[in-house]
Amino acid sequence: MTKDAPVVVLNGVEKSFGAVQALRGVSLELWAGECLGLVGHNGAGKSTLMNVLSGNLVPDTGRIEVAGSDITDRLTPQNATRHGVRCVYQELSLCPNLSVAENARITHPSISGPGWRRRARALIGGMLDTVFPGHGISADDIVGDLSIAKRQMVEIARSFAVTTTEARVVILDEPTSSLDAVAATKLLSHVRRYVEAGGSCVLISHLLGEILETSDRIAVMRDGGVVELDDAEHFNRDSLVAAMGSVAEDARDSADRPVIRDSAPIVVEARPKAPDSLALAAHQGEVVGLAGLSGQGQTELIVDVFDHASGAQVEGSVALVAGDRQTDGVFPLWSIADNISVGSLQRFLRGILIDQTQARDFADEWRQRIGIRTPDVDDPILSLSGGNQQKALFARALGSSAEIIVMDDPMRGVDVGTKQEVYGMIRDEAAQGRTFLWYTTEMDELRNCDHVYVFREGGIVADLPRAEMTEERVLHASFRADA
Amino acid sequence: MNGLFSPRMLRSLLPPLSLAVLLIAIFYLQPRTMSYFGLNLLLNLAIPIALATIAQMFVLCVNELDLSIGGFVSLVACITATWLYDTPLLGIAALIGLVAVYAALGALIHLRNLPSIVVTLGMSFVWLGLAVLVLPTPGGKAPEYIRTLMTLKPPGIPFPIIASVVIAIVVHILLMRSAWGTVLRGAGGNPRSLERAGWSLLRIKMIMFALAGFFGVLSGMALVGLTTSADANIALRYTLLSIAGVILGGGEFVGGRVSPIGAVIGAVTLALAGSFLSFLRLNPDWQIGAQGAILIIVLALRILISRTEAKR
Repeated sequence: MTKDAPVVVLNGVEKSFGAVQALRGVSLELWAGECLGLVGHNGAGKSTLMNVLSGNLVPDTGRIEVAGSDITDRLTPQNATRHGVRCVYQELSLCPNLSVAENARITHPSISGPGWRRRARALIGGMLDTVFPGHGISADDIVGDLSIAKRQMVEIARSFAVTTTEARVVILDEPTSSLDAVAATKLLSHVRRYVEAGGSCVLISHLLGEILETSDRIAVMRDGGVVELDDAEHFNRDSLVAAMGSVAEDARDSADRPVIRDSAPIVVEARPKAPDSLALAAHQGEVVGLAGLSGQGQTELIVDVFDHASGAQVEGSVALVAGDRQTDGVFPLWSIADNISVGSLQRFLRGILIDQTQARDFADEWRQRIGIRTPDVDDPILSLSGGNQQKALFARALGSSAEIIVMDDPMRGVDVGTKQEVYGMIRDEAAQGRTFLWYTTEMDELRNCDHVYVFREGGIVADLPRAEMTEERVLHASFRADA
Repeated sequence: MNGLFSPRMLRSLLPPLSLAVLLIAIFYLQPRTMSYFGLNLLLNLAIPIALATIAQMFVLCVNELDLSIGGFVSLVACITATWLYDTPLLGIAALIGLVAVYAALGALIHLRNLPSIVVTLGMSFVWLGLAVLVLPTPGGKAPEYIRTLMTLKPPGIPFPIIASVVIAIVVHILLMRSAWGTVLRGAGGNPRSLERAGWSLLRIKMIMFALAGFFGVLSGMALVGLTTSADANIALRYTLLSIAGVILGGGEFVGGRVSPIGAVIGAVTLALAGSFLSFLRLNPDWQIGAQGAILIIVLALRILISRTEAKR
């Protein structure tokens, strides 16, 4: 591979999911013998972009070339693999019921026929020895019996292993998230060796130190586009964090809102289990934001509060607005009315039976108040768009008598118009004395909060009143200072 | 994970150990069974149950459940005792057709994303209806070659033992040892990863269901070879027996964790449990309940072992 032809060319790639535009015309080139670091805040489009390159998502527009051939029209994982694109996914893709060697056979179809087991063992064992010397994994271990870190090692080794198809481009999506420091160092030095031997690598990581040390070039993504792309030596931690945030801070329109903290009583007090964590306190009538990268312990805290678990002191009843609508939120076979009224069934009891008319009127009232776009609340919930389904879930929580509402990143995949309506509603309800705990991965939503706690690695690392809350401070707290 | 007594080892030893305990109890209660003839009688009916259990295992391996296997084996038995006896060509064509229908069911369940429980529950009535149409009253006759095979008297070791071992080993090589079988099992463990690696889940589901149909056909034929005649209700209890056999043999309902050797052992254990209870002179009314109790005891032991494993 010569230096004058890039291995991968992405040209004007766009991808939307419903109303949400995940990629807005991304153009990127990847050269042989380089490691490209890819950074960005949650939802910036990193994983979407890599899913397009690895063939798991078909882009709406744009062109993808690998090793000189245009594969846009035949974009499947198999075809991407055939062209040498390998991907280590964030959620592991090993079969837990198979052994390490058998898993190698799954992605390397050329290992077959008599003696395949021996060859699969040699392939995966050899690669593990190369990447993670001293790994302590036997090729005959059942993957389900291995620790998460060891599974991650197997997955990585499997992607670097070469049989009949070469590994031209290896995409590593948060590869070190479950590895300890020693294994992570081994992996990153293997990445350097691999790149110096002429391979290409895309490294996605939230650990900026890792990115700065390992990459040749770094691309910063924000809101579905690449906003900066330069040689790694031109960046440092601060300039990366600055590039990830939006350039202009919005005018602080909310500064005139009174500070509730000083007067209102505390209704929720909780402390995550991680050592050195700060404690969270929510006062009556406050909207408290839980910020940070996704999966840093925010959901766990919300569930603790909802359960009135021992670690959390909660005054009053709690209602939850689920973020993952499909698994935690809607009852897919029920009508809109049933989905709304199920949160307050106690109120409609006539003896042991439910007063259906009253429940339906209640749902209809909330349909109007919250603006669910449907002609009839008796229609099935799945007839609604995602945003309107989410509104129904808000109606369920707000319609209940709960004094405290916890929200688990409820705006995922909701269009902008709906978001604005819901923000307004949350503010109104807070003004009437309800307390909100709001886990969100979106910076804009934090501006609607009176107080923000930033989570990292299971604990709270920053406690920011509204006056001190800036995007930069949240981002700085979200990324470890030593990484 | 060291040594003979690691929980994983114990878990895989549980099925053969339960079988051994049961056998010893039977020998103790009725020493005369400890002979060539006695074992033959004791284990005869285990062969069709073992084949049906293997069929169920293929379906369970891809995270589905077959509630129609009992009705299917009954239908095969009726066809074997009538068409295959009278007009062999028609009989063979019908049996091949049935395997194809099974593959088509696998495709239907996969493509339409239907719950297999519902589809196969529905099919169980179809199979039963067809069986009644083929053979309205009990009767028919077993083809001579099947009869001969099932009543073989090889020197030294009784035929049912040889047959069980052969079934277990053949399926073990096919599913557990071959590169091809590895992919089939992978589909139960992580279908998404299989798809990403370029394997067709549709094809895998069809193959697994076809294999289930094939072993269901073998089960029905073996059953007629033993009983010499058929009846539309002959194998209805096989549905639950086969599921219990797979689970007893160390398999699980989801995740592609199955074991052909375990499944055969589980089937034999269940078949023996019936005899054991007769030797205890237990009222037949209590037998099904007692069989259930044996199942619960073994599964409880397994959960205990898994718990100690999780604790470490």
